[in-house]
Amino acid sequence: MKTSPDQKKQLLQHLADILPPNAILTAREDLRPYECDGLTAYRHVPLAVVLPTTIEQVQLAVKICNRLKIPVVARGAGTGLSGGALPHEDGIILSLARFNQILAIDTDNLTARVQPGVRNLAISQAVDHLGLFYAPDPSSQIACSIGGNVAENSGGVHCLKYGLTVHNVLEIKLVTIDGELMTIGSDRLDTPGYDLMALLTGSEGMLGIVVEILVKLTVKPETVQVLMAAFDKVNDAGDAVAAIISRGIIPAGLEMMDNPAIRAAEDFIHAGYPLEAGAILLCELDGSEDEVSEQTAKVTAILKKHHASNVHVAKTATERARLWAGRKSAFPAVGRISPDYYCMDGTIPRKHLAEVLQKINEFSQQYALGVANVFHAGDGNLHPLILYDANRPGELEKAERFGADILALCVKVGGSITGEHGVGHEKLDSMCVQFGEAELEVFHAVKRAFDPDELLNPGKAVPTLHRCAELGAMHVHHGQLSHPELPRY
Amino acid sequence: MIADNDITPILQEQVAAGIAAQESLNIVGGGSKAFYGNPANGKLLSTASHTGVIAYEPSELCITARSGTRLQDIEALLAANGQMLAFEPPCFGPESTIGGAVAAGLSGPGRAWRGAARDHVLGVRLVTGYGKTAAFGGQVMKNVAGYDISRLLSGSMGTLGLILEVSLKVLPRPATELTLTLEMPDQEAYELTTTMRRSTFPLSATCYFDGCLYLRLSGEPSHVFASHRKIGGDPLNNPDQFWMALRNQTHEFFQQYDRPLWRLSFPPATSVVSRLEGNSLIEWGGSQRWIYTNIPTNLIRNIAQKGNGHATLYRGSLPGVNPFHPLPGNLLAAQQRLKRAMDPHGIFNPGRMYKDW
Repeated sequence: MKTSPDQKKQLLQHLADILPPNAILTAREDLRPYECDGLTAYRHVPLAVVLPTTIEQVQLAVKICNRLKIPVVARGAGTGLSGGALPHEDGIILSLARFNQILAIDTDNLTARVQPGVRNLAISQAVDHLGLFYAPDPSSQIACSIGGNVAENSGGVHCLKYGLTVHNVLEIKLVTIDGELMTIGSDRLDTPGYDLMALLTGSEGMLGIVVEILVKLTVKPETVQVLMAAFDKVNDAGDAVAAIISRGIIPAGLEMMDNPAIRAAEDFIHAGYPLEAGAILLCELDGSEDEVSEQTAKVTAILKKHHASNVHVAKTATERARLWAGRKSAFPAVGRISPDYYCMDGTIPRKHLAEVLQKINEFSQQYALGVANVFHAGDGNLHPLILYDANRPGELEKAERFGADILALCVKVGGSITGEHGVGHEKLDSMCVQFGEAELEVFHAVKRAFDPDELLNPGKAVPTLHRCAELGAMHVHHGQLSHPELPRY
Repeated sequence: MIADNDITPILQEQVAAGIAAQESLNIVGGGSKAFYGNPANGKLLSTASHTGVIAYEPSELCITARSGTRLQDIEALLAANGQMLAFEPPCFGPESTIGGAVAAGLSGPGRAWRGAARDHVLGVRLVTGYGKTAAFGGQVMKNVAGYDISRLLSGSMGTLGLILEVSLKVLPRPATELTLTLEMPDQEAYELTTTMRRSTFPLSATCYFDGCLYLRLSGEPSHVFASHRKIGGDPLNNPDQFWMALRNQTHEFFQQYDRPLWRLSFPPATSVVSRLEGNSLIEWGGSQRWIYTNIPTNLIRNIAQKGNGHATLYRGSLPGVNPFHPLPGNLLAAQQRLKRAMDPHGIFNPGRMYKDW
């Protein structure tokens, strides 16, 4: 799918007919900021970037691309960590950044109608005075857009209790590859026909362009409490998590950090984490005053029973915020201790935590690369941060192989290669580990049902059967990819 | 005791035979929801003996079971561990299966607060329309690898694949439950539920029937009893029996067979919908309304649409009427393309959802 200079000329002419000049970027220096998303290891400069402001413009732009068979990569805030918004060299970036309005807030039905470029946190801020919030809170919520959240089915630290994006989005307006506008889902609790909302959420821009979203709002709890428990051994922390859940308590958040992550975060934020601990757990409980105090007592007892060396209950709102700040800044904190880091996103059944962390440490020694682990412990979502230096030849590739090994391990224990960051460009090879031919066949068929010419975010999210076959063969022969320096599609 | 009986090879063989002979299959679990949707046709393929719990560890909040496992057996196993299927799937008979519950996608009284069947689906294993076994999703809470085929399967009435196994999220049973009854006219009940939607009361189900509003509160005892003091109302005796009767439709309201039973779905804060004749029962904080009526289909669907809702002919058949509310043209076409993609030979429960496919 190579775009000829003539096609490009036609494309730009047609786009100029439907969009104002400031909505089309073609100069090399204007395209540069779009060459990658949050996964900076991969960069391509697109043919052009378009920044429409109306749904009609999106429809027309997509129609033009469809006619000329030009790939379309939708982009929200560009904070994704899997290269989902990595441009296609022969395609355009369709930026939804200018769709930044909250269109309506319905306090009777507890919904907000928003444009896709609205920032995740902006929704909660807009309804805060009404005692409401939008529950999914990815760590990047200050910057990431709700459209991107829908594309990735983003999670956050409060998923266990409040669900993922798929549980909190009711309806979307979708522009299909032939430029038609379709409403999927509804403001009701069910909609006739197949549950396309479920299918579209997390489909990584492969099936359509989301141009409007109706989200569910949640009533803010009366009170929130945060406990921090320190453990000498990671195993004990893992057991404590299982025990809390077995007792029938679903905390609003339940996060774990291992020693390297604790040290990095403490050094950065001074959250008051114990530097010698093997692991800490942060447990957030919310609800009514009575409920929270009952649960705090129960959880404290469970933590102590599981050998927590120290259980600290935040006394003030400031202290609560500080405890969370350490966790939420874990990624940048690790960024301070290593020139580069590579963030993984596997999920595992929690019971395998100790075994998986042990294995990750072995890999770490084997590859001679450091690793810090932060973990959404409540829902089994592990974020190992692999430390490396991109300036050292071969180290990025080594980090990637380390990462791929972790993901293969997650699959082996019954988990998944990605809990909330998506497959994008990054995890195509790991998809071959999690899925076989029978699943890929269905994925490709679904893709073709929405996008027969494969113009929407082509080459992402679902690997070709051919790629997996080759990778399988290579795995057998060499145990690793040959020519890892070459770009792979 | 749940029999551990894996008949995957037999089921896969039946699908392969269906593909080879281009013969439609009528997939049936317990058959307890045969009344729902369009009548099935095709060669009977029963999953009823494909039973067994493959994985269940309460602390993982997940159960994986073969599709033919009886719903009541799973409920009993979970209850013994202080857990539940929070979407409260209706169980219309002892023969109801977990595969059927997911395929039909129906949810019980707690739906508006605890989520629908699809919200609790974590993974499925299927025989695909290509005759192969394939696993989507998994047993973990978060999983965004590949398209979300497992949640899509919920409510697809067996038309997209033969479900072999399902993994469902399970939740702890609440420490305390209390049901309050408040006699009041419908407009007042509407106003109260609208106000309560923005409160932090631990509401987990509502029902308005025969001039009485029923409110179920679930949670820690202190919160439940404090809420009772604020809301008022009288505690209901045998509340579990009441909600179970609603869930499984053994409640007296559901025992009328002289007229078609319609299910209307609205945004929750929909006040009184133009006067529909016949008696009604309202659940889900106003979202789900059951109405017996003989008024013509186009009229009831117009009324529903005017209120931004849709109407399903839930029980009772009317000549020429598709039980499911019609879809706009482009959406219908997209659904049909999806059906063809997943079931290229058109063998899985054809006509069960939409008459022509």
